[in-house]
This record gives sequence, structure tokens and C-alpha cells, in this order.
Amino acid sequence: MNIVLAIILGLLFGFTLQKIGAANPQKIINMLRLKDFHLMKAILLGIGISSLLLFVLINIGVVGSSNLSVKASYAGVIIGGAILGLGWAIAGFCPGTGIVAAGAGRKDALFFILGGLLGAFVFTLLYASLKATFLFADLGGKATIAATGNEKFVTLFPSMPGIAIAGGVAIILIGIAWMLPEKK
Amino acid sequence: MKNFIYQSQWGWLSSGVSLGIVFLLTVALVKPIGVSTQFVILDGIVWNFFSDQIVADDKNAKSGYSSPNAYLNKSGGKYAKNVANPLNYSFIFVLAMIAGGFIARRLQSGNESKDKSIVPKIWGDRYGHSPSKRYLATFVGGFLALFGARLAGGCTSGHMMSGMMQTSLSGYLFALGTFAVAVPVAILMYKGEK
Repeated sequence: MNIVLAIILGLLFGFTLQKIGAANPQKIINMLRLKDFHLMKAILLGIGISSLLLFVLINIGVVGSSNLSVKASYAGVIIGGAILGLGWAIAGFCPGTGIVAAGAGRKDALFFILGGLLGAFVFTLLYASLKATFLFADLGGKATIAATGNEKFVTLFPSMPGIAIAGGVAIILIGIAWMLPEKK
Repeated sequence: MKNFIYQSQWGWLSSGVSLGIVFLLTVALVKPIGVSTQFVILDGIVWNFFSDQIVADDKNAKSGYSSPNAYLNKSGGKYAKNVANPLNYSFIFVLAMIAGGFIARRLQSGNESKDKSIVPKIWGDRYGHSPSKRYLATFVGGFLALFGARLAGGCTSGHMMSGMMQTSLSGYLFALGTFAVAVPVAILMYKGEK
């Protein structure tokens, strides 16, 4: 069953990334140059809508908070994000969109994937010598801003209802998506 | 509806709503989307093909598998298990994404020129139309993007989209690091272009 879901949901996600223009390096580069906010508006709206509905569904008990998977915060999240940002700007692809672009027939995306496999492999080999360094210094652990009801995760505002915080954040994200101009 | 499926580019509103629905569906039905881990899994599968000692059954490990490599052995051998069993949800999900991109492109009305599917227009205007130069750039970009993603523990999908959806602190930290570098680098690389 899980494999059937993997195929259906993976197809949907790949299809969507291609249709919204996220697998088009021209659009990514112009977003990062702050010239074309089409994708930025779509991404902010997507995060806002999914977050709002997710917390509503958790709140009314339709979705279990055990489905959530919150990643830890440590120094490497920011530094790794910065290194990814450099690669993203150079290539115009990030890991997910590079894969979809290759499926859509872009030859340059194949080289992105090859480089990515090598980059991931080098990290796999270096991990043993990096794991005790400052790169893995804790910056708050598996923390969320809004309470999720899942005990595995720390909450920054434990006394406030999760739905209120998450809803507020979602409305801000949707508001930014609405107000950003499409092109500059 | 038909027009929506064949359209080559959705408007921002329908793009955002679709993206939101897909992220919500995956977390409601299974778990949040993640992509970059699967590069490690594919590396592990290839590595295991050449050296059959890289993952092994291990009754004492939490996942039932262990590896002499510290990264594959992390979290009770979670990655080692997926290398040994590639037919798992996350790996198949990423393979299906490729097919999703393929189908979307096939159904798309109007074809992009062959040149543009190798060299994006803005890259061509600034750095010329040599395919090998573009391939080298995407290879280097890919190396950095996946090295960075593994150091961060996730990429744009896992950290930024899935993370911020769950209001994860790590998603915001990741987005901060990513845009703080990607925006100035993209501006400098294409200075003076339209």
C-alpha cells in the first residue's frame, strides 16, 4: 500500500513542480535575482495553505500528529543551507526540482544529478569526521513554533494553542504571497 | 480542467494551491516530503553493488541493519536499511517524481527549443551557449546543493516546504541560510541582464 501511495504522491509532486515552473532554471534564477516573484508567491501560498489546513486537521483529530516529522536545528542547518543556496544559484536547480527537470527532458539537469550524487557521497564519507565538530552544535533540537501535540518535539510557545500560532503564521505567509508583485 | 492539465505554466494562485494540496496530502497520508536523502540511498545502493560489505543484517541495530560507514549507520542504521531495501516509500516517491516531470512535459502544449532545454536563456545571454560549460556549472551546482543538503539534514522540499508547513524552527533557519547566499550570488552572476 505504501508503495502505491509513493507512486501516486510522487507523480503528483513531480507533475506539480514542473507545472508551477519550479523545474525551470530560468524562473528559479530570476526569482533569486528578485526579478520574478511568480514562484515565490506560489511557494509562500503553498506553505501557508498546507500549514493552516494541517493544523486544523490535527486539531479536529483527522490527522495524527505522529505523521509529523520535525528536523533538528543545529549550526549545520544554516551552513548547509548556505552551501545549498550557492549550488542553487549556480545551477538553477535544487535537489527536488533537478530530478523533476531531468524527468522533463533537461540534459543539464542530468549533470546536476550526477554532481549531486558525488556531493552526497563525499558527505557520506566525511560524516564520521564532521559529526563531533561545531557543525552539529545544537541550536534548539527538534523544535516547532506552534504546539503540535507530538511529545517528541519541543515547542517555542508551549502555553499558546498550536492552531492559533500556526494559523497566524500561515495567514502572514499567505498575506506576503498576495502582496508581492509578480514581476519587478 | 483539460486546459489546466495541458497548460505549460500555471498562474501563481493555482500553483500555490496545488503545491499546498500535495504537501498536505503527503503528510496526511504518509509523512512529510523529503528528497535529498535519496541521493545518499542511491549512492549506497551503487556502493553496495561494488562492495557487498557496506550494509549488513544486524539484529542488534534498531533498524535491523548496520554499516561500517558512520553516516549510513546513523539513527540505528536507518539509511543502511533503505540501501538494503530500495523498494521503500521514500525512494519510490523520488523515482515517481521523475515520471511526474516527464508526464507533465509530455502533456505540455508548445515545445521549448532544444537549446533552451540545455542552456537557460539567461545563462546563454551571460555565459554563452556552450553545452559543456553549462554541464560543468550544473555538475558543480549539484555537488554543492547535495553536500549542503546533507549537512543541513534536508533540502528545499524537506526543510523549507515541509519544515515551514509544520512551523519547524529548522525550516526557518534553513531558509535564512539558503536565501542569504542564493540571492546575492544570483544577482552578482547575472548582473546587468534583463
